[in-house]
Amino acid sequence: MSKVSITFQNSDDARHLVEAILADNPAATASVMPALTKIDCEGRLSLRRESVEVRVGRRFDLQELHLSLISLAGNVEEDDDTFTLAWHTAAEKSQS
Amino acid sequence: MNAMQPPPKLKKLSLKERYAHLTRELGWKTTYQPMDKVFPYAEYEGIKIHDWDAWEDPFRLTMDAYWKYQAEKERKLYAVIDSFAQNNGHLNITDARYVNALKLFLTGVSPLEYSAHRGYAHVGRHFVGAGPRIACQMQAIDELRHAQTQLHTMSHYNKFFDGLHDSRHMHDRVWYLSVPKSFFEDACSAGPFEYLTAISFSFEYVLTNLLFVPFMSGAAFNGDMATVTFGFSAQSDEARHMTLGLEIIKFMLEQDEANVPIVQRWIDKWFWRGYRLLALVAMMMDYMLPKRIMSWDEAWEMYFEQAGDALFNDLSRYGIRKPKYFEVASKEKHRLSHEVWATFYNYTQATAFHTWLPSEEEMKWLSAKYPDTFDRLYRPRFECWRAMEEKGNRYYNPTLPQLCVTCQIPMIFTEPDDPTTTCFRATEYKGERYHFCSDGCKDIFCYEPEKYVQSWLPVHQIYQGNCGGADLKDVIAWYHINFGVDNFDYTGSPDQKLWDEWQLQRSSNPV
Repeated sequence: MSKVSITFQNSDDARHLVEAILADNPAATASVMPALTKIDCEGRLSLRRESVEVRVGRRFDLQELHLSLISLAGNVEEDDDTFTLAWHTAAEKSQS
Repeated sequence: MNAMQPPPKLKKLSLKERYAHLTRELGWKTTYQPMDKVFPYAEYEGIKIHDWDAWEDPFRLTMDAYWKYQAEKERKLYAVIDSFAQNNGHLNITDARYVNALKLFLTGVSPLEYSAHRGYAHVGRHFVGAGPRIACQMQAIDELRHAQTQLHTMSHYNKFFDGLHDSRHMHDRVWYLSVPKSFFEDACSAGPFEYLTAISFSFEYVLTNLLFVPFMSGAAFNGDMATVTFGFSAQSDEARHMTLGLEIIKFMLEQDEANVPIVQRWIDKWFWRGYRLLALVAMMMDYMLPKRIMSWDEAWEMYFEQAGDALFNDLSRYGIRKPKYFEVASKEKHRLSHEVWATFYNYTQATAFHTWLPSEEEMKWLSAKYPDTFDRLYRPRFECWRAMEEKGNRYYNPTLPQLCVTCQIPMIFTEPDDPTTTCFRATEYKGERYHFCSDGCKDIFCYEPEKYVQSWLPVHQIYQGNCGGADLKDVIAWYHINFGVDNFDYTGSPDQKLWDEWQLQRSSNPV
């Protein structure tokens, strides 16, 4: 069991990010604690720019993530459209 | 009307392209001085790097984005701090005992932020590749920002509560603060790759969640919005710093197989040193938050056992295993906070914060969270001390403890498989005997004895007459702790009296 995780502040800005991640990653689960929300997901999870833009109703630069992020676990891969957290799988291991 | 066409809009560079322009144009080969003279620390740790350009920050933050987002975070943070001050936010915390956790934070943790600033500025200068240099430069600025924002946040509490007045001075002198101080000085006096393994990877990636996430959630739960805001603002930088930590580890491992055993030894060393340092946080979570979020035991399971498993499972493809003695840390999770709080309780005459015995309600919470250990091992001790208190004989330990030469924590920890026996280890080096709290600390010493025989050990220094004098009052004055005000039990302290007055004012409405 290798879960990636990402934690956001319980702010209005981050609410849309949490919603977008939960909508796009069916295996993701959210734990709400005072002032923060921690999302865990088996293997990998992605935050898609489009998915956030639908919710905030404006252009969204994924690097705005830095304003709400508290913590993360997993290898980060970011481009203009997607922010992904992933652990390497056993299959990748056997290739390397 | 002139039908002038607007100039064609240039296509914006992608994130990858912008980052490449920033980091591939700044690294150059020197011409009038040899590279090894300009970068004297690049090779002396034995780490082999063949291609510095292979290092790439996954966040790919460029300078313009960095300034923009940091400025925005800063505006939000200071707005909260300002509203906290204007609204007398300190009156809305759950209980004044909570402020003692902040006293420990300001004296124990905030100076580490400043040390981290210096450390990253130093190693950022000494890496050959432009990518890690820029990431380190940004992090050095972040760390300085953390020290500043923490001092600014705490300054409001300093107006009303004792013990928050002289954190820099105390950091260099007070016995328990030699623990975090020696941790960072050990890292800063290592080479650049070991420094990043120590701070960015072992501390920030593997362990820092335990400091900034559940504890800061606890600060919010206890009504301290000023602290939770600096905590999360700092931690939002940490998320970026953590990527630096993981990337630099992967980079070293991918560059050359010969790097693997060196990196593993550093991971072993710095996991253990970082874990020992976090003993303070275990106590803050279990004993110093009047309203609690989760126990140290639960936090350790969530942030080390589960998250650490995933991380080290990922790194196993390089031949990296979990840090040595991680299983000892898991055995200690049921007792760590109790052993540390008991120690501070009986040495609180020499601290800049107050301690207290847990109330019956708090002991019930501890029993529920620690069903195998609390009632059997720790409750009887607290009940004994309570009986002494009730007879007007509050227990203060009059002796000085023996310290571990490596972590500098008094010998308070117990055997991994026997929580009723104190753990002592010792070794001889050049005719002198050295003592340790654990196998982990002994291993670290034995690998680099010449480094640790130079340790400034507070108890030894007091006995040698280097700390202001021979009796308690002299040493306390040398620490700049105000005797009878900042120290001793919470019950009867000026902090408690003031808090109780405020509570009375809240419930009354004088004409």
